Amino acid sequence: MRGHLTVIDGGFSTTVQDRGRTGSQRFGVSACGAMDLASLAIANALVGNAEDAAALELTFSGGAYRVDADALRIAVAGAAMPLMLDGAPADPQRSHTVGRGTRIDIGPSASGVRAYLAVSGGVATQPVLASRSTHLRSAIGGYEGRALRGGDELPVGGTGPTGVDRRLRHDRRPYFGGVIRIVPGPQDDAFADGALDLLTSGRYRISPQSDRMGAVLSGPSLPFRGGFNLVSDGVTMGSIQVPGHGRPIVLLSDRQTTGGYPKIATVTTPDLGKFAQRRPNERVVFHAVSPDEAEERYIAWRAALDDIPDWLEPA
Amino acid sequence: MYPTPRFLPSGDCALTVEFDSRISAEASEAVVALDRAIAAAAISGVRETVPTYRSLLVFFDPPTIRRAALVSAIAALWPVGEQGKTAGRRWRIPVAFGGAHGEDLPLVAETHGLSEAAVVEIYLSSAYRVAMIGFAPGFAYLSGLDPRLETGRRTEPRRATPPRSVSIGGVQTAISPPLSLPSGWQMIGRTPVRSFDLSRRVPFLFEAGDDIRFERVDAAEYDALDQRAAAGEPVARREDG
Repeated sequence: MRGHLTVIDGGFSTTVQDRGRTGSQRFGVSACGAMDLASLAIANALVGNAEDAAALELTFSGGAYRVDADALRIAVAGAAMPLMLDGAPADPQRSHTVGRGTRIDIGPSASGVRAYLAVSGGVATQPVLASRSTHLRSAIGGYEGRALRGGDELPVGGTGPTGVDRRLRHDRRPYFGGVIRIVPGPQDDAFADGALDLLTSGRYRISPQSDRMGAVLSGPSLPFRGGFNLVSDGVTMGSIQVPGHGRPIVLLSDRQTTGGYPKIATVTTPDLGKFAQRRPNERVVFHAVSPDEAEERYIAWRAALDDIPDWLEPA
Repeated sequence: MYPTPRFLPSGDCALTVEFDSRISAEASEAVVALDRAIAAAAISGVRETVPTYRSLLVFFDPPTIRRAALVSAIAALWPVGEQGKTAGRRWRIPVAFGGAHGEDLPLVAETHGLSEAAVVEIYLSSAYRVAMIGFAPGFAYLSGLDPRLETGRRTEPRRATPPRSVSIGGVQTAISPPLSLPSGWQMIGRTPVRSFDLSRRVPFLFEAGDDIRFERVDAAEYDALDQRAAAGEPVARREDG
């Protein structure tokens, strides 16, 4: 540990997140992890970190921080939040090497919801069950299991920045628009004919009752096929669960590990990041794809994440 | 239970292997047996599994294994032979019933026209099995509740229930972890046992497939065990191996 990033103001809701907690869902522990994994990967690559390093997930607005380490490389990626270093505007989507005492201010997002503040060496809070991700509800992981507030001191890992600052190539800037692909199932047969057509009709919006656990959608109620058994089974990131009122809920990073309502479809992994960047009242157009097509897209997406270091150029 | 498991897509990197549409002892046993068989087979690309009442959720890494190949690999393990059906661990769990430890015991007794003592006696006479861990870290859903004790949920769920509660919700019964959780279930007792403790070398006590028997302790015994448990002692007794 080489010092701290000290929180002056934690913004709207800022948590430590990495790629998530694998292997403990069978014990009822939520997977957590960044809501937009590609943006986390870009922020980490910009500061020279491995993809699995922990960073700060900023929601709607970023807050203020002070560098209490000799030198640190920082970068913000994801939602468009204005960055200021010691009061001067600084470009996002690139790294900045900053010295001890530098004040970092990150304002409200102009578009998108979540941005990632990565620091060279990674946020080095103690891992819990093999991950540094914060689960707010069970107070596991991250910084004391909670959102950051003024006075918190985040340990920073690594040996300090090397090489030059880098920026994300212009043609690689993320685009959060477009359709959200879903795979029907596992319980699409619990719904009446036409329910999937209704879900993909483009009539849904993100409701304000949305957080890291899940996004409640506003729009037409999805009709069930007669009654259904309420038996809990496992859920995944992107499961579209439909409670008795018929309004779909997309389960996200901080979801419980099991859910008792039928799941009509699942949002595909490559589209989860842009789904998580939709703001309340923004429209969501779902598009159903086959499991095979979804897997091929996943494989391409995964390969693209591996290529992110090649998307950077000297700043 | 279905004659053969159904393989249902759960997005691009998870697969639901479903054995029944309802809760059944056979389905629960099949889930645990398949879960163990998959772990033993060490299929490359399987990232993690989540056993539940009637299905097994299998997370996989598509660049390593495609869904079709995974379905074939899992189908080849089914039906699981006798060796896969080995019993889980057997636990004896102390519980203090009623009073301050289980404030809904009078309601459960009244619902079924039984005395509180009779409810406790029936509850203690059953053998239970951990069907799944879900809802919260270490929250153990048990199968095996005597149908005479099936009790509906509260119409107004409580926002917070005592940590380590033993409760009944419909045909299900459960042991809460050491967390105060929202619940609409009927609280009949409390255990000093911590099903989940991050300071322990093994943070989680229970796993799907474990057998559970409860034993009654009085308030004084509960307090003594609770103190020992708070100091890190596993006051749950293991009866196997």
